[in-house]
Order: sequence, then structure tokens, then C-alpha cells
Amino acid sequence: MYAVDPRRTASAKFADSWLGLDVGTDIALANALAREIIHANLHDREFINHATSGFEAFSEHVESYTLDYASEITGIPPAAIKDLAHRYAEAPTAQILWTLGITEHHNGVDNVLSLCNLALLTGHVGRWGSGLVPLRGQNNVQGGGDMGALPNKLPGFQDVTDDHARQKFSAMYGVDINPRPGLHLTQMFEAMDQGEIKALYVIGENPADSEADVSHTRKLLQGLDFLVVQDIFLTRTAELADVVFPATVGWAEADGTVTSSERRVQRVRPAVDGPKGTRHDHLIIGDLAKRLGATWSAESAEELWNEVRSLSPMHTGMSYERLEALDGIQWPCPDIDHPGTPFLHSWLWDKDLGGNPRAPFSLTDHEGPKEELSEEYPIRLTTGRALDSYNTGVQSRGYKSPIRSGEQLQVSAADAASLNLVQGELVRVTSPRGSLEMEIDIKGDQPGGLAFTTFHFPELVDLNLITNDEWDPKSGTAEFKAASIKIEKLKAGLDHA
Amino acid sequence: MTRDTKTDVTFSLNDLTVTVPEGTTILEAAREAGVEIPTLCWASNLTPVNACRLCVVELQGSRTLVPACSRECEPNAVIHTDSERVALSRKMVLEFLDTTNDLTESPDLQNLIDRYGADSSRYSKPKRMDEDVKIEDDLFIRAYDRCVLCYKCVEACGDDAQFTFAISMAGRGSDMRVSTEFETPLPDSACVYCGNCVGVCPTNALQFKAEFDLRQSEDWDPQRQTSTDTICSYCGVGCTLEVHTQDNEIFKVTSPSDHSVTSGHLCVKGRFGWQYVQPPTRRSPTNH
Repeated sequence: MYAVDPRRTASAKFADSWLGLDVGTDIALANALAREIIHANLHDREFINHATSGFEAFSEHVESYTLDYASEITGIPPAAIKDLAHRYAEAPTAQILWTLGITEHHNGVDNVLSLCNLALLTGHVGRWGSGLVPLRGQNNVQGGGDMGALPNKLPGFQDVTDDHARQKFSAMYGVDINPRPGLHLTQMFEAMDQGEIKALYVIGENPADSEADVSHTRKLLQGLDFLVVQDIFLTRTAELADVVFPATVGWAEADGTVTSSERRVQRVRPAVDGPKGTRHDHLIIGDLAKRLGATWSAESAEELWNEVRSLSPMHTGMSYERLEALDGIQWPCPDIDHPGTPFLHSWLWDKDLGGNPRAPFSLTDHEGPKEELSEEYPIRLTTGRALDSYNTGVQSRGYKSPIRSGEQLQVSAADAASLNLVQGELVRVTSPRGSLEMEIDIKGDQPGGLAFTTFHFPELVDLNLITNDEWDPKSGTAEFKAASIKIEKLKAGLDHA
Repeated sequence: MTRDTKTDVTFSLNDLTVTVPEGTTILEAAREAGVEIPTLCWASNLTPVNACRLCVVELQGSRTLVPACSRECEPNAVIHTDSERVALSRKMVLEFLDTTNDLTESPDLQNLIDRYGADSSRYSKPKRMDEDVKIEDDLFIRAYDRCVLCYKCVEACGDDAQFTFAISMAGRGSDMRVSTEFETPLPDSACVYCGNCVGVCPTNALQFKAEFDLRQSEDWDPQRQTSTDTICSYCGVGCTLEVHTQDNEIFKVTSPSDHSVTSGHLCVKGRFGWQYVQPPTRRSPTNH
């Protein structure tokens, strides 16, 4: 196990090797790994010839990413990069797992593509024990996308511009489906900024706490003509709403399905009754649809699911009965006898690629964080999660965790010394967008120049006042992982007791 | 991936001829053949530690009884799982446990005590584990007088599940205890509060604080309890949660050990992070 992370996390401590790269230098590392694998002749030529395209151009493209060059950019010793390249390429099976440290950058999609290149180069994909594993942060991020909660997709990833697909849905629901792709979250806020969106319906999300550069977000939400929030709590976003629909808790109070990181559709069931006045999300949405003139007939979650099965071919074989008997099924599962699909890309090994086009190598280049460090803002701020807490804390603050320590700004001993700070001292933290007060937590193994904090307690530290809302045009995701800040003493000459 | 083809092993189990793949334990073979062997320290999601001696069986030619949970089946072996000698051994193991520990919250052990006629009253001066319940946080309690030193919690904390190694056996003989280093309070130890120790504890020595409070209130009533399988909401792994309730209130969350996703192990959020479903702000007494 190799851990690649700017911080020496608990996982990094477990790992055989920790590659502590600078924030936002993932592509430099991935390209250097690729170059080293090629130069050491450890790439899987047979697989590359069989299943991929663009290898020659890719090989040329990464040529400039020498170990020394990548080391200069990432801060990782050349020998450690070489070691990882060889161990990854030589392993009989190997997986690359990642989460928001890869995606919450202005070039998050390129970061992912640079990792895909490594799997294509070595054949570590589409077979048992190998693969590319984006770990999801909720039980139904995957399911949300699968169900068409994307601006350009209908359930089952059918395109809204596809006339044939739209007709199926129109026939089922008796309404015309808009053929124009909508906006993703980040574009919606831009459209609000430009006055193009005047009304918003927010379900189970708390953007008034969770968005980067959140004071701007709050202004936009307050500027709407009409805001509807559907949630299990009166969140900060709900407090801004004109209408609030109280919902049941999906996993504990309602029937339905969720879809895990490995595409496994699983059943959730009600263990308790929701408080008086709360309703299942689908009943709220269904009633709203009826008031708007649609003929939505599904009464139960199972009826609704059977509608999905009739419209989305990749879910057709997943009856409630089978989901129960098989402990969930991984899509695609096109018919009632299909066992589900554990390896999505196993076709890469099929004789004719299962009729699919070759998997392309992608050309990506190092490009540091949008917000460069400056004399005024010399410290890199990156954000992340703590084991016992969850996002903006509306759920996890419900239980008293003995290992919770609130919100502190973690800095290296060297940075603390140069700023003349002591453990626990309250400081002012300022980015180009905002300013707040935080306690300092001095970490012996934190790299110099790097500050880290979680964002689980917006009621105590309104952290997203200072995070960066630069975003990736390909994914719409903001660069939460890289802002520049300055740290200032609140009291000059505080006694070092 | 190809695996070595395993050869079969044929042997006699309670005078039945049984054939299993090489490497199968006596316990696995017995359960496959419908023969029940009681266990205490064994669990399907942990490595056998051979601590409790409850699963011992008679292997012809062996001087001592052998543990069924870890002993592999051998060709032509003759095994009896419920002989007189086996029954006497289990009876004594149960009596020793019953003299030392409070087993009142271990219904499986109570059934075995009845079945094997174990009678701890025949020991005139038993040395009992007698300690106050340790309550150091709001998540789970430790009742050492119920601890039978089966090692399950230590295994789950260590290299069978969590790799945290916050607890181990400390002391010797009748002073032996599961402990953090130097009995450091749990919140100050390496503990990450996954509660996988609570999940595998067979005697309720480790117990959800919410369950403990409910039992203390003398309102504990299994008749009014339900268990519902659902999926944890806190990440995309998809752990199955068994949500245990009484009167529409959650008091415990477990996970089935035979589930393919995480073999019954959870993290702190999944096991303990459900309180938000029922705080005063969402659920007033008039709601139910």
C-alpha cells in the first residue's frame, strides 16, 4: 500500500510508503510514474495493443516528466517516485483508489484521466483485484447520477438529446421532456449571479454552508425570488427558504434503494417512523408533480423502482425480490436472469472489446492550483474530513464522539515557530475572499507551508468563507483543496506560557 | 486467477462418512453436515484463537480433545462431536465461566448451561470478576464482570478488522483483563470508536450506552423491539446496518457478519452516528 497525500494521514501511516506531494501536483506525479514505467519497459504492450489508443502520442507527451522534474514540482524524492512506478507496474494486481483530493481541483477531471493512463499502461483494469476506484462520500452519489440527477441525462445515463430515449419517458409520464441539457450546480450559481435563475428547489443539500466562497453563495440564495428546500433538518439553507418540505430520513425511515461506489444497488428500509409531518421524498415530489399537472401514479417506493426498471435497461433485471436475495446487484443488470456486473471494464480483455471503441490515453499537463501562493498569502490551505464527522455536520453533530476535537487549523512546527505561535493559540486566518478566527494545532508531521482544517462545524468556524470557488469547467467541482492564506497573530507578544 | 485444485478429505463424523475439500475445519464440515458444535470465541469474520475450549471434539488417537474451530479435517479421522468426554469438558468450561462471570445477558451461553447441565453452585468459593461498569463516553460501556476473555474484541481491534490495536490482554491468571495501554481511558487511547469490538462481543460486556441505559431503566422489553436491515448513509461503501429499536427509538446498530461488503465491520459514524434521526428537534414525545 502506497499513500499519496500532502499530509501524513492515518492511511499514510499504515502504508508501506508515503509520497507527500505538494497540493495540486498530482498530474506531474502520474506522468512521471508513466514515463518511468515506459522507460523501465514495465508497461503491458500486449494489453496496450489490444485495448487502447493513443499510446505513441502519450509516450512522447510524458517524456519531459523525468523523475527529477517531477520531484522538483511535487517535492517527492525521485527514488520514491521510481519505487512506486516499479511496484505498481510489477504487481500482479493493483488498484488506484482516490477521493476528493483528486477531484476537488480546478483540473480534477484531468487528475482522474492521468490516473486512468496508469491503469491502461499496466493493464491494471477490468479484472479481479485491479482497477480504478473513486470512493464515494455518500451512500447514493452513484445512484443520484444513475437516476438522471445530471443536467444532460435521463435515468440509466440515457441522453436528454436522444429522441428515442425521451419518447420512452414522455410515453410513461405523459409530458414532453425538455431536450436541452440543464445546468450543473456551479453553473446554477453563475446563472443566479446573472439573474437568469430566480427560483431554486434544493433537496437534501446545504449549500449555504457547504459551498466554497460561501458568503457569495448566501448572497445568491438570498437574492432569489423563490427558494424551496426539502430536507430532514431546518439547515442554514432551509432557514433562507420560502417553503420547506420536511422529509423522512432516507436510510432509516423510508423504503427505497441506494447505489454504492461499486455500482451495487441495495435496499434501504424504514427502521423507525419519521416525525409527524415528514414524508418520503418521492411522495413530496410526486404530489408536486400532480399539482403541476403530471400523472405520476407510483404510490410505493417499489412501484417507483419498477418504473425505473421499465425505462432504464441497465436496471431492468433488478426486482426488489432479487435485490433482497442477492444482497444487492451491480449494474448493468439488463434482465431478470442476469447476475449483475462486478467488473465494469472487463470488456477491455474481450477478443473484440465487446464491440466497444478502444480506451484512449489522455494527454494531461501539470498546472498548479489556480490561486498561487504570494507574499501576501504565503500558506497553502487544504481542507478535508475527520473520521467521526460528516460534511457540514448536520448529521454527525447529533452524536457525542469522544475523538472529536472541534475545528483547528493544523500547521507545521516550523511555520508555528516562524509566526511565533503556540499550541491552541487563536489566530486570524485570511484568504483573498474572507477572514476568520481559528485555533492553531501544531502537527509534528505536517509539511511546512501547508495548513489543513476540516469544515464540519460551520456554526463555530465558517470555513468556507475563505475557500476558493475556482472550478473545473469539465466537472463543475470547486477547488476546495487549494486556497492561499495568511495567518496572523491576534495579540502581538502573547506570553508563551 | 487460477487456484490450486484442492483434493478432498474423507473422514468419519459421528459415524457418518463425510467428504470435504482439504483445508476445511472440523467446525465447517460439521455445520455443512448439519451437526451443531457450540462456539464462544469463534466468529465467521475473525481468525480462530482457540481461547475458550467450548468447541472441542474427540479425535480418535488424540490424547487431548481438539478445537473444532481451527483443526482441519484429516483423511480417515474418526471424530465424535458430542461424546461423554466432550460433554463433560464443555460442562466444566461453562461452569468455570459461570463461576467467574455474569452471564445473564448471554442467552446462547444460558442455553448451553442448561443443555450440558452445568452447575456452578458446586464450587464453594468461586472467585468472581467483580468490577464497576466502565463508562467513559456516550457511545459504549465496558462491563468487565461479563468479560469471558474470549479475545474477540482484541482480534477485531487488531489484524482481523480494524488494525487499530488499541486493546490487548493485560495481566496474568485471574487478574487477566482486556485493557488499553496502562489502562489509559479509551478516549485518550488509540481507539477510533469503530465499535467493532462491541459488534463481536458474545456476552454484552461491551454494550451500546443507549442499550445499557435502556436496560438500567428497567424498561427493557425484547417484545417491543425490532431489527431492520438497511444501508449506512455516511459513505459509498454500502455497509448493511441492522438497526435495533424499541418503541420507535434506535438503541443499537449492528451489521451482519456474513455480508459480503464488510463482513459485519463498521466505522464510528455508521455504528454510532444515528442519534440525529431522533434528537428532540426532530422527534418530540407526541410524535409516537
